[in-house]
Amino acid sequence: MPNFYTDNEDLRFHLNHPMMKKIVDLKERNYRDKEEFDYAPHNFEDAMDSYDKVLEIVGDISGNIIAANAEEVDKEGPKVVNNEVIWAKGTQKNYDALKNAGLIGMTLPRKYNGLNFSLMPFTMTAEIVTRADASFVNIWGLQDCAETINEFASEEIKDKFLPLFNQGYSAAMALTEPDAGSDLQAVNLRGDIKATYDKETDTWYLNGVKRFITNGDADLSLVLARTEDGTTDARGLSMFLYERKSKAVTVRRIENKLGIKGSPTCELVYKNAPAKLIGDRKMGLIKYVMSLMNGARLGIGAQGVGICEAAYREALDYAKERQQFGKPIIQFPAVYEMLSMMKVKIHASRTLLYETTRFTEVYKLYDHISKERKLTPEERKEAKKYQRLADIFTPLVKLFASEYANQNAYDAIQVLGGSGYMKDYPVERIYRDARITSIYEGTSQLQVVAAIRGVDNKGYLNQIREYEKVEINDDVDYLKHKLVKMTEDFETATGEVKEKGDREFADFHARRLVEMAGNIIMGYLLLIDSNRNDDYKKYAEIFIKRTFAENKEKLEYILHSNLKDINLFRQ
Amino acid sequence: MNGFKIIVLAKQVPDTRNVGKDAMKEDGTVNRAVLPAIFNPEDLNALELALQVKDKYPDSEVIILTMGPPRAADIIREAIYRGADKGYLITDRRFAGSDTLATSYAISQAVKKIGDFDLIFAGRQAIDGDTAQVGPQAAEKVGIPQITYAEELISVEKEKITIKRRLENGVETVAAPMPVLITVHGSAPDCRPRHAKRLMKYKYALTKTEMKDADDLRKELVEKRPYLLIEEWSVDDIGADVKWLGLSGSPTKVKKVENIVLAAKEAKQIDTSDEQLEEFIKELIENHTIG
Repeated sequence: MPNFYTDNEDLRFHLNHPMMKKIVDLKERNYRDKEEFDYAPHNFEDAMDSYDKVLEIVGDISGNIIAANAEEVDKEGPKVVNNEVIWAKGTQKNYDALKNAGLIGMTLPRKYNGLNFSLMPFTMTAEIVTRADASFVNIWGLQDCAETINEFASEEIKDKFLPLFNQGYSAAMALTEPDAGSDLQAVNLRGDIKATYDKETDTWYLNGVKRFITNGDADLSLVLARTEDGTTDARGLSMFLYERKSKAVTVRRIENKLGIKGSPTCELVYKNAPAKLIGDRKMGLIKYVMSLMNGARLGIGAQGVGICEAAYREALDYAKERQQFGKPIIQFPAVYEMLSMMKVKIHASRTLLYETTRFTEVYKLYDHISKERKLTPEERKEAKKYQRLADIFTPLVKLFASEYANQNAYDAIQVLGGSGYMKDYPVERIYRDARITSIYEGTSQLQVVAAIRGVDNKGYLNQIREYEKVEINDDVDYLKHKLVKMTEDFETATGEVKEKGDREFADFHARRLVEMAGNIIMGYLLLIDSNRNDDYKKYAEIFIKRTFAENKEKLEYILHSNLKDINLFRQ
Repeated sequence: MNGFKIIVLAKQVPDTRNVGKDAMKEDGTVNRAVLPAIFNPEDLNALELALQVKDKYPDSEVIILTMGPPRAADIIREAIYRGADKGYLITDRRFAGSDTLATSYAISQAVKKIGDFDLIFAGRQAIDGDTAQVGPQAAEKVGIPQITYAEELISVEKEKITIKRRLENGVETVAAPMPVLITVHGSAPDCRPRHAKRLMKYKYALTKTEMKDADDLRKELVEKRPYLLIEEWSVDDIGADVKWLGLSGSPTKVKKVENIVLAAKEAKQIDTSDEQLEEFIKELIENHTIG
């Protein structure tokens, strides 16, 4: 009877972060639902108790149903039958279990039959589900589309479509086209999806092709399409809602992928597909996709952490059991170092994940509240602050969590040795599943492009200064000292790059600078965590000492490189 | 009517699946203090079959009935989280020490008090005693037929239920008229998980006994929302005769409990000739495995 929530004390630790009081109070608007809805909380403690108990359900379903189906789902995968995507049997069972437990539409307001949960337990759910099956979280996590509808669609559309999520409606976001990839401005430039308005029926019709669409044949799809003839950039794109029951989309094929095989990745052909406009014309990419994308990147962050955890647990179990030279291999330094580093990467990326989640949630909550009443000047200021933080922390968590997921999966196979290379153990699946995380929703290289803004505008540095102000237990002061030194190194490195005044040189070193900042931030977060729980001292110590040296290496490289160096690399 | 009135018998048991060295007290009784109290596993299978009937006939009512100390109210809340409509807790100091005979008497009295039911589901046996007696005895006392070892619900029609039974050497499909008592085997489908909204709604549910120690919010809620009160039934509530209850109503006397460590390391094969079997049985008697 494994439970993937209760067997992981770290989750409860992050759920009970001091900032949750503020978040839950805002989310529940002074607990105004308590009379109208019999499942609404009466106060902060009550809400937290519900989060905890519901996460226990998620842990139960993940540990006992989703994890048990994972191997079969990977083997079987989805297929197209009569132009319909049929999920693997296990995928369907997983979805039904979560649907029947009322866990679709978790963050939606209660008036739409949602649970009105904070983004914190929702993100935690994504992490827990991933640990059981990384392919399944893609399908489950797409309920996040409901948030985009809730944020931007008209009341009429919200009233009609949002209650469907809790009944189990699945969702997809159809953004990418065959030639567009992450360059979404290129959508429809080569004659792909175009939306035409028909006055007589008062309906928009979509025509064209979408590619690499996760769960493309979902009940509801958010589709990005070009509405403005003659435009070539982001400003000509709008967002639409398409319902599967219109049967105007052909599933051309399902991609045959390396990993996350349970998640159907579809190529879709829209033929006069009727659709509803979401929000305002021309805001599709500029506003709505950006919001959707940030949510999706946070989701991949959670997926990365979940994979890190899954890989570590498999490796740990094996290393305890496997005997070589008369003792379990976990007793050899070469092995226990690997395992400890895996564990530290889980903690570092997890603390960054939930910090980012809190930043994102606060500004989104203020955004929703601003539609109900005027925000006070302080609230507006706060919303702005957290939005800026969320914008620079989101690419950071996507970058680190996905890279760590790959590293942990790699090391897990290493710990299992030859056995890990075989299909007999789940680590080879975890390894294949991990690979996509540093690619989709923007590659690691693109996360750096987004994150470098935080280096350039001192967003990271300012936040690092905030962390510096937090009082830390005396006995780990020497670690804080190291972080202060690391910050100096970071400033030296950014200064050096800036001084050269060359764009390409700056791009060349961008990842190094972003990673330096990320290491300092995760170091501080782990150290601050150790204020609340002594166990984190160990993780903070390992992480800070390692990244101290790692940042030194980056700094040295930057200091000793010059403009000419780039020629050595240029292809 | 488009639904059935279904009673599910459930028991809170110590979790004997992961016992440590402190699991038994020196006097040979179970040390309940160190073992977590859980929903008896096969009772969860029984609840699932009951809920499957309700899935097919949504107007059905699933009532959970349990007997135990006040903290056994946990079992009722747990069942409600998973889909049961309501529950009754049979609790009274005078039940203490009841064996299977006395327990089934108490349960049969409570079942009669609920009355007018179509189906009773119960787990085959509880993991603390493993007797598998309470369900069948209760059926006898209520005077209804019984189907034991149920594994799958084949069909439910008006006044008739068809069940697949899991037997040692295969399966058997049987039908019975209602009302009927069905004991459910662990090979039946696992119970569905808790439902998030039901959990958040019913987590405030309390018995009168629990109300005494509850905070003001919960007291207030139970007063405002009557469905949150879990009813407790005493000996008098179910109209039971005390002499058939507790130690006086229990002919089972535990003579001795032994802690047996199964330590056999190798398998032994014999053929099925009479001589070999007789030889083997003698050996088993000699080493006290049987007898």
